[in-house]
Amino acid sequence: MRSDYSKILSNGLWHNNQALVALLGLCPLLAVSNTVINSLGLGLATTLTLILSNLLVSSLRQFILPEIRLPLFVLIIAGVVTIIELIMHAWFYELYKILGIFIPLIVTNCAIIGRAEVFASKNRIMPSVLDGLAMGLGFSFALIVLGGFRELLGSGTLLAQADLLFGDAAKDWKINVFDDNSGILLAMLPPGAFIGLGLLIALKNTTTNLRRDT
Amino acid sequence: MRGKYYTASPPTLAALRIGLFSFIIVGLVSLVYHGTKDKIADNERRALLQSLQSVTDKRRYDNDLANDKVQLQSGGQAYTVYRARQAGKPIAAIITSTTTQGYNGEIDLLIAINVSGTINSVRVLNHRETPGLGDAIELKKSNWILSFNQLALQNLDQWAVKRDGGNFDQFTGATITPRAIVNEVKNTALFFQQHQHEIFQ
Repeated sequence: MRSDYSKILSNGLWHNNQALVALLGLCPLLAVSNTVINSLGLGLATTLTLILSNLLVSSLRQFILPEIRLPLFVLIIAGVVTIIELIMHAWFYELYKILGIFIPLIVTNCAIIGRAEVFASKNRIMPSVLDGLAMGLGFSFALIVLGGFRELLGSGTLLAQADLLFGDAAKDWKINVFDDNSGILLAMLPPGAFIGLGLLIALKNTTTNLRRDT
Repeated sequence: MRGKYYTASPPTLAALRIGLFSFIIVGLVSLVYHGTKDKIADNERRALLQSLQSVTDKRRYDNDLANDKVQLQSGGQAYTVYRARQAGKPIAAIITSTTTQGYNGEIDLLIAINVSGTINSVRVLNHRETPGLGDAIELKKSNWILSFNQLALQNLDQWAVKRDGGNFDQFTGATITPRAIVNEVKNTALFFQQHQHEIFQ
């Protein structure tokens, strides 16, 4: 039982990482990963969506007829995302304005319907929730690393605008690593996202291969 | 087919099931909607007021600025005008305006013009200009946008960036963005001069 849970965790975070291995949800991943805080915001929203959608799909799985499972998954995921969007609009307004159209687009993140189909519709509630959490954290991890890479190279800072997520107390969390002028513009532009993601996937594959060899 | 584990459900059952799920989920969403809608409206109002106050000092007016507005059309452009008044007397018009002459997509501007015939202040609300080049139009990045402050609406035909023979600085490597903004502020100023009476009717 215990090994099952740790397997779910290690799959979500690393071996079957939805962004770096399954290559799902790349649209929000590439578009929003220009700063650490944007990445963290979208990562949290996606994780919450995964947990709730897995929870609902798993607890309702005996009512979900196989023929209509896909429309029902879409209904559940769309409902969950709409609720999260409303909550962010009400309580994280500044961040909502920045993440803007990417919140409703979480619906189209294939990782979420993927987990509903592959895992939550076949497993009990606890493992399903854990799977949602692990997959969400794995996706967030990839987002944050990519966001950190792009923010560092592009504007020479880390954690800029942390107050959008953590309130006024976080205004001075910003770390200036380089002088502003030395920013590499490419990293902030869409090609920088593709190059960064490519490097991340290469890094992931290399470490996996090294471990397999030894 | 797939043996005893799989029997197709009748379509009516499937339809009813989808209907039931839709009903429950729509119910949940509308519950959350009702719980959050006041807070959301409040956020929108506060954000609007905050951007209006970024171009007009709040001590200069005493009316309900965010709600004292009028929509006008001119030359194919739609303008929303917020009217700042002190004891009922017009003080300034705060005009929202959009240009597509920038480098990438639309640039939304907020332009406050005093009835005395000067620009009070200009801010960029939204843009997607190149980071590091065109984004010097944001006050966060540079003071360029302040060069409009207290500028008198005279010799409008000479309002241009230096490369076009005017007085406004362009940015190193980016002329298109400041040119778009100077032109749009100029057009909005012309609109204000032509429609001042309509605006404060």
